[in-house]
Amino acid sequence: MSYEFLQILWFILIAVLWIGFHFLEGFDFGVGMLLPFLGKKDEERRAIINSIGSVWDGNEVWLLTAGGATFAAFPHWYATMFSGFYLALFLLLVGLIIRGIAFEYRSKDSSPKWRNTFDWMIAVGSFLSALLLGAAFANLARGVPIDENMMFTGNLFTLLNPYGLLGGLTTVVIFLLHGANFLGLKLEGELRERVNVFAKKLWVAASVLYVVLGIFTYVAGFWARGVVNPGFVPVAAVAVLLTTGYFLNNKMEGWAFIMTSLNIVLTQVTFFSMIFPNVMISSTNPAFSLTIYNASSSQYTLTVMSIVALIFVPIVLVYQGWTYYMFRERIKNDKKSLVY
Amino acid sequence: MDPITLSRWQFGLTTVYHFLFVPLTLGLSWFVAYFQSRYYQTRDEEYRKMTKFWGKLFLINFAIGVVTGIVQEFQFGMNWSEYSRFVGDIFGAPLAVEALMAFFLESTFLGVWVFGEGKVPEKVHHAAIWLAAIGSNLSALWILLANGWMQHPVGYVINEANGRAELVDFFALITNPKGWLFFWHTIAAGLTTASFLIIGVSAYHLIRKQNVTFFKRSFQAGAIVGLVASTLVFFGGHTNGQYMFETQPMKFSAIEAHWETSQPADFSIITIGDLSGKREVWSFRTSQLGIPGVLSFLACNNFDCEVKGVDAIQAEYEATYGPGDYIPLMVVTYWTFRFMMSVGFLMMLLSFLFLLAMRGNYENAKWMKFVPWVIALPYIANASGWILSEMGRQPWIVQGLLKVQDAVSPNLTTVDLLISLIGYTVVYGSLAGAMVYLMKKYAIAGPDAAMHESVDVAPARVGADD
Ligand code: HDD
Ligand code: HEM
Ligand code: HEM
Repeated sequence: MSYEFLQILWFILIAVLWIGFHFLEGFDFGVGMLLPFLGKKDEERRAIINSIGSVWDGNEVWLLTAGGATFAAFPHWYATMFSGFYLALFLLLVGLIIRGIAFEYRSKDSSPKWRNTFDWMIAVGSFLSALLLGAAFANLARGVPIDENMMFTGNLFTLLNPYGLLGGLTTVVIFLLHGANFLGLKLEGELRERVNVFAKKLWVAASVLYVVLGIFTYVAGFWARGVVNPGFVPVAAVAVLLTTGYFLNNKMEGWAFIMTSLNIVLTQVTFFSMIFPNVMISSTNPAFSLTIYNASSSQYTLTVMSIVALIFVPIVLVYQGWTYYMFRERIKNDKKSLVY
Repeated sequence: MDPITLSRWQFGLTTVYHFLFVPLTLGLSWFVAYFQSRYYQTRDEEYRKMTKFWGKLFLINFAIGVVTGIVQEFQFGMNWSEYSRFVGDIFGAPLAVEALMAFFLESTFLGVWVFGEGKVPEKVHHAAIWLAAIGSNLSALWILLANGWMQHPVGYVINEANGRAELVDFFALITNPKGWLFFWHTIAAGLTTASFLIIGVSAYHLIRKQNVTFFKRSFQAGAIVGLVASTLVFFGGHTNGQYMFETQPMKFSAIEAHWETSQPADFSIITIGDLSGKREVWSFRTSQLGIPGVLSFLACNNFDCEVKGVDAIQAEYEATYGPGDYIPLMVVTYWTFRFMMSVGFLMMLLSFLFLLAMRGNYENAKWMKFVPWVIALPYIANASGWILSEMGRQPWIVQGLLKVQDAVSPNLTTVDLLISLIGYTVVYGSLAGAMVYLMKKYAIAGPDAAMHESVDVAPARVGADD
């Protein structure tokens, strides 16, 4: 396999990992943020958590794998991005830590104060993580200051520009909607009704923000700065998001969930085609950008890693998919049938 | 303080913290899986309780391992970007494989095990805990192969054009003896950690005559595995030492603060004085017990080989790598090694004595009330072992190839680092508080409390959980 082919292949593989991560962890971030607002009673909150209880850690591993794969395949990308976004990533880590621990610990003590604290940690942690991830991706699309030595020259405030913030906020709301759709599929009775009401409102906010973000991207010229034109993909992303409303109004939760899933996937596809073959665009000088050619590992490493990925990615997909199938039933929020 | 010092403190603290929880996960997962199997084979309710009770402690501990692990994965890029650029070609590979092969397995099937009882077929539920245990231990293998490469780089060339280390032999990377020695020693250390937790908690209940059959059975399992595992730890450690002598002679001599070359080399059990080793006030040496040459034995399995002194190695390194200070912090290497080793021997002895005592009615013995304290022993040894390995490698981040001072992210400021360091300290401190509280609560509440699955039926002591 030629070197260039491998570099492109790894760009695509990393894109796939990020797509998987956003699609999966997207709904459990959303569920996390909705938790204290949607669940009034303790069993209700437990039912909401149980909808993702057995899968959230597995979903998060998509992020770890994306990180590890970036390290292995594009070390300069990993080094520049992770050191450059230092404080933002630190906050992201704090978000992931507090929500992760809270999932496991919130029911391990009966004091209402204890439980309420951990429930809010889940919500705040999920919110922080979604916001920062969205902001980080928006900044990657926008371009960040990088010098000729692949060194990031900005600071935390460089990332807090209007476009970055809009990207963060849009991601939060899309994930909220995606999470609500997921819960619509998993819950029963009154909770299910309540989720539906939330989802309809969220759908309006998500559609508005998403369209604004799209227009901003286009007008500011962040569009297709590489060699690929995303073409109809973003149009399709908007379309599926808009049709979500129709399915929500008709209580077709399955379809609504498929639509937000598609929206997230298509958004990611748009993002990665917009930047290709760059991996980090330099706003200082386009010539300083990191690309799949100057940021990658050696041909040998890419070959070895391709073989490993070819064997293990399908295996992981099969068993993860299978566990979703095993736990496909709706969650009853009566006390007897809840696993704590 | 400068960003390098702060980065080092941060990495050291967060990693040691992560590794406080990891060994218990590694070891206890096998116990829980074994109890689960016994239950499915025998249908003996007692085994189901054992699975639940020890499983609960396992999960409380596991959660912290997971969340602190995410930090580990990101830290290389965040704080050590120049390191990441230099070694990404090689070091990134095991890290990616770890996530793909181990973390997915572990997290997915642990979810199935926790939430699947009664929902998925029994065979699946049974397999899930074994797969999770295998996943945990596989993750240790890959990360230790990565770390093994930093201690003893193999299968690479330095690309003159871009100044990076590049992989040329993946097979050498995954068969690196250093990594496998780490693995052997660490897995055994994990089993020891779990055994001593089980012994300690069981003793607590036996003194109080609670759930006697349950805890006698647990105690027995802990003592048997504890003896086997701590013996394996010893042999693994000894082999580690010999390999270290070959590949990292400076670290080896620093274990003894062995400044001057000697043949045979003596081993001091304790030293009081100036550990720069220039001025020794008093020391107690193995030769005074009539066994000279113990350091030689550690190095090469015979009592009279030559062990080079730190000064001589320093001179050699200057000749090879240019002027500089290649001597690690002697106080640390000297004492961490002694902590680890004495605890190691003590645990071998203790588990042996426990086994002997089990022939009588040990649960009524006076000394039982001290036994809960043994839980602390493996933690001391684990932390000491890593501090020794990592600080003994200084100033190198990759032995012989890259120094720590050249590895740090150049764009970080002292302010960035103070924010993150203080932030981690606060977050990790609170995590530890919650974790210790829950561990104690569930350990003390005993097996009956661990059996309940739903809020209402939960007993008053543990409140509303199972
Ligand atoms: C329960 C924990 C425990 C116990 C009882 C011991 N160790 Fe250990 N030791 C570790 C836990 C550990 C560790 C934390 O797991 C380390 C860090 C790296 C590694 O592989 O294991 C370690 C590292 C480590 C190293 C450094 C390897 C290197 O950096 O190249 C040596 C030479 C030894 N050990 C030797 C011993 C000896 C001779 C022991 C005597 C019984 C011993 N250890 C007991
Ligand atoms: C979990 C067990 C581990 C512990 C307790 C541990 C402990 C430490 C400590 C205490 C330091 C600081 C040394 C110093 O600055 O003087 C350090 C440094 C370092 N360790 Fe480890 N380590 C562990 C595993 C690993 C692994 C598995 C890797 C890599 C895969 C690793 C990579 C590093 C790196 C890159 C440094 C450089 C920073 C520095 O030298 O300060 N460590 N570690
Ligand atoms: C500095 C290097 C290290 C890195 C980058 C690292 C990375 C990670 C990550 C990302 C996780 C979370 C996985 C999840 O979400 O399920 C984790 C957990 C784990 N790590 Fe580490 N780790 C390091 C050191 C070590 C060492 C030295 C060992 C074993 C010898 C180890 C063994 C484990 C195990 C068994 C788990 C899963 C169980 C648990 O979370 O307690 N790690 N690690």
